[in-house]
Amino acid sequence: MADPAAVLKPLSPFAGLLPSTVGNITLSGVHAGHLTLLAPLRGKDLAAALKSAHGMALPAAGRSTGKDGARAIWFGHAHILLMGPVPDPSLAAHAAVTDISDGWAVARLEGAGAADVLARLVPIDLRAGHFKRGHTARTELAHMHASITRLGETAFQIMVFRSMARTMSHDLVTAMEGVAARA
Amino acid sequence: MRITCPICGERDRREFTYQGDAVALRRPAVDDMPEDWDAYLHLRDNPAGVTRDLWYHEAGCAAWLVVTRDTVTHAVLDADLVSRHPGGAA
Repeated sequence: MADPAAVLKPLSPFAGLLPSTVGNITLSGVHAGHLTLLAPLRGKDLAAALKSAHGMALPAAGRSTGKDGARAIWFGHAHILLMGPVPDPSLAAHAAVTDISDGWAVARLEGAGAADVLARLVPIDLRAGHFKRGHTARTELAHMHASITRLGETAFQIMVFRSMARTMSHDLVTAMEGVAARA
Repeated sequence: MRITCPICGERDRREFTYQGDAVALRRPAVDDMPEDWDAYLHLRDNPAGVTRDLWYHEAGCAAWLVVTRDTVTHAVLDADLVSRHPGGAA
């Protein structure tokens, strides 16, 4: 008989690796909740469905909406990532809905100089004047496909495939040490 | 080399994967002449100058692009979404 008290607990892809702090900058794993990929169906209104079900606007290309605990992140030319809540069943009439909660590792890089750390590994301009709070990009981090979102003045959310968590953690901490050594 | 993705903006070449000539957008009809199919499948120009080919923005937005570039000067002249082209819609 199933024990009603036995609840499956998520295992962090960064278990034993993070958090790690070097100088002023901290890299930590994030329990982001459910990760759901939404691929809008032609001729349907995912924007209205997302607004009524989760209270978030549908993000335009390169943008994210919502806040900590419930975000919608642009995730490619045909995809939106719903992060946090259990997806409302009503979304399925407007988008192809795929649970990818176990597929991606989510980390947070925070501290003065976080953009300098990313500049060592990412081929796009993530400085505040160009990449503002709420902006998001699909790009490379080292050689890994990544999703990077600016959460605040000195905070970024970084996502890579879960299988890459150890490599990402190693590369970012190495870059953090490099930035700290030059401070 | 940098390609300006219509969705993501100007990005480094390393984010893209090259597929080949944009001939794939001009697929013959099923009952077209065998010569047309032969040309479509096998015959390619190798121009010194402006050429059009398909690139995949693999490490970015994952869109397929038609990139117009010059093989002599290496200038990238244009990049447009395949989905905007006749024969390119999914």
